[in-house]
Amino acid sequence: MPSAVPFWRDPAKRAIVFQIVALLLVFGIAYILFSNTQANLQRQSIATGFGFLQNESGFEIGESVIEYSSADTYGRALLAGALNTLKVSFIGIILTTILGVFIGIARLSRNWLVSRLSAVFIEVMQNIPVLLQLFFWYAIFYEAFPSPRQALNPLPGLFLCNRGLIMAVPESHAAHLPMIMAFLAALALWWGLARWAKRRLDLTGLSFPVVRVGLGLSLLLPALVWLAYGSPIALDVPSLQGFNFTGGISVTPEFSALLLGLVFYTSAFVAEIVRAGIQAVTRGQVEAAMSIGLRPGQVLQHVVMPQALRVIIPPLTSQMLNLTKNSSLAIAIGFADFVSVANTTINQTGQAIEGVALIMAVYLCFSLSTSVFMNWYNKRMALVER
Amino acid sequence: MNPQDSTATREYLKPPVTEVGVIGWVRQNLFNSLFNSILTLLALYGLYMTVPPLFKWAFVDSLWFSNAEACRDIEGACWSIIPENARFIFFGFFPEDQQWRSFTAMILLFSLVFYTQSRRNWNRALFPIWTCGLVVMGWLMHGGLGLPVVETSKWSGLPLTLMLSLFGMVGAYPLGILLALGRRSKLPAIKSLCVIYIELIRGVPLISMLFMSSIMFPLFLPEGINIDKVLRAQVAIILFTAAYIAEVVRGGLQAIPKGQYEAADSLGLNYSQAMRKVILPQALKIVIPPTVGILISAFKDTSLVVIIALYDVLKTTKVTLSNPQWMGFSSEAYLSLALLYFIFCYAMSSYSRKLEKALHTGH
Repeated sequence: MPSAVPFWRDPAKRAIVFQIVALLLVFGIAYILFSNTQANLQRQSIATGFGFLQNESGFEIGESVIEYSSADTYGRALLAGALNTLKVSFIGIILTTILGVFIGIARLSRNWLVSRLSAVFIEVMQNIPVLLQLFFWYAIFYEAFPSPRQALNPLPGLFLCNRGLIMAVPESHAAHLPMIMAFLAALALWWGLARWAKRRLDLTGLSFPVVRVGLGLSLLLPALVWLAYGSPIALDVPSLQGFNFTGGISVTPEFSALLLGLVFYTSAFVAEIVRAGIQAVTRGQVEAAMSIGLRPGQVLQHVVMPQALRVIIPPLTSQMLNLTKNSSLAIAIGFADFVSVANTTINQTGQAIEGVALIMAVYLCFSLSTSVFMNWYNKRMALVER
Repeated sequence: MNPQDSTATREYLKPPVTEVGVIGWVRQNLFNSLFNSILTLLALYGLYMTVPPLFKWAFVDSLWFSNAEACRDIEGACWSIIPENARFIFFGFFPEDQQWRSFTAMILLFSLVFYTQSRRNWNRALFPIWTCGLVVMGWLMHGGLGLPVVETSKWSGLPLTLMLSLFGMVGAYPLGILLALGRRSKLPAIKSLCVIYIELIRGVPLISMLFMSSIMFPLFLPEGINIDKVLRAQVAIILFTAAYIAEVVRGGLQAIPKGQYEAADSLGLNYSQAMRKVILPQALKIVIPPTVGILISAFKDTSLVVIIALYDVLKTTKVTLSNPQWMGFSSEAYLSLALLYFIFCYAMSSYSRKLEKALHTGH
């Protein structure tokens, strides 16, 4: 009969003891911090809880997607800030993807000059802190650009000055809403067409130019609606009145600087990801595809892209999340994003714990929802494998 | 046999002049198709439009060593802002007569890094050398033992940036490895604690951690205990970077074939021996490139302490620019600072490429 093993020599029991100690340690520290905090808050007579969200904020926000004034509550101010964060992240992600893919492909170009130029862009942008880039672009807007009276006019209808970027937009017209509807309908059609074409390809092996037809549809349908409404072409051109522009659509220097900095910085990383993804598709794949008689476009669409995307998407997701998180640097150049509004709120109300907790919760929501979506998409892409 | 006899019977044609030399290179690399020719011309036009004016601004019409008044009269760049304010930008509020200490500490740090980068010096002496170096640096920065004491609130400029980065990296790396091991652990409690920590930190921006350290953390401490602001920011940077290191190291651990774990077990190594002697040396080696990427990010991210009002080199530059005398020369100052950051980051990434090649033992 084996003698009883003392518990510190038995791995299973040792593991349990080890875990209990670790948990006790973590919860013990948490408890000490919590009780300290309670005592401190009582001493400084700071009320805990989120009641302050109902109070009047009393501060203005530079720009906001929703109606907001200083008479509104802190809750509404924070909502406006969160929407500003979403706005800059959304536009930033779209522009970054376009620019990043473009530069990544240019980096692989057989044209020496183009490839070198994109390499320089990537190295420079990656190795300079994004905060410094934001300060730089912001300074460019305020110091290098002239006042509205001498605004730069690089393209007709586009003005650059120290009040930001002012653009001509089509004058609002009854045709715009139906045009958007037509565009959405075209997208839905495109999606249906893609499903049908996929099924037909699987069944019969006949391919259908989905992308070309889809692109054509999404341009053609809105254009038809536009013609049906008598092709309105009136533009709302910005004009100089006194010291500033009226009319058109204007983008503030803060927003422009934030967008420029984030897009340039992140697209350098995206370009590297795209390059690595395309290079990860082995040459044999391309040669095999060509030897079974696919045309270059088909090689790209059916062989190279599906494999490259599988390598590209996971790191691309984390870059998109990085962009969203980096948009919190807006506070440094005075753009009213969520962190900046939350910081003002903390300074005014003294609710530091609630404020920081809100910041963390909101960003966690953004991050987790993006990664859930991306994991779903990634799984779908991976399932293509046979 | 005379070799010339055999050559004389054959006719050697030189390759056409359009296929070799400069012309051949240009044809092959810039004008090898219609599309590429158009691209080249467009790129050349773009360069022609931007480079000469920028060159004129930066080098021809510029001033390098002058006072601010002279700068107001020129068209070009006023680089003078850097040499004229170098002391403040690099050393910030460190007392002026003591700035040699800050400077010496930086030189010491650079020599240590330079000494370490050569693989010949990687031996047992390295650890004591670094410990001594850091103690001396700490003494130089803080003072005491015959030197006047300088409070950490006065530490600023480049030394602060370098210190936050160095200790950020040195602190985050082992913590990240522990977290990665914890995440791969078979013990459910340890594993879930590590997963929660890593995912929580990776989901929030660094700013929120810095805010936590600067405005929330003082509330956590019992009355009367006060932790230095620089130290709090340093801890926030370490905790933040560690989560990212952990994910990279986890990738490396997952890439090690199962056979290696089993081989280590079958040799009778216990957990810590197996990790230290078999698994980690291989896992850490294959993740050198992404790890260095994280460390470079950490270096760049130290600039975020600007937002919680620590005076790193970016903040001292901004303070200089808010001086009415030097207002309006932001581009010059920021470009110079960008060059500084670029040099550091580029050096790190090229060193990592070299190291990766040197440590490559595969076939």
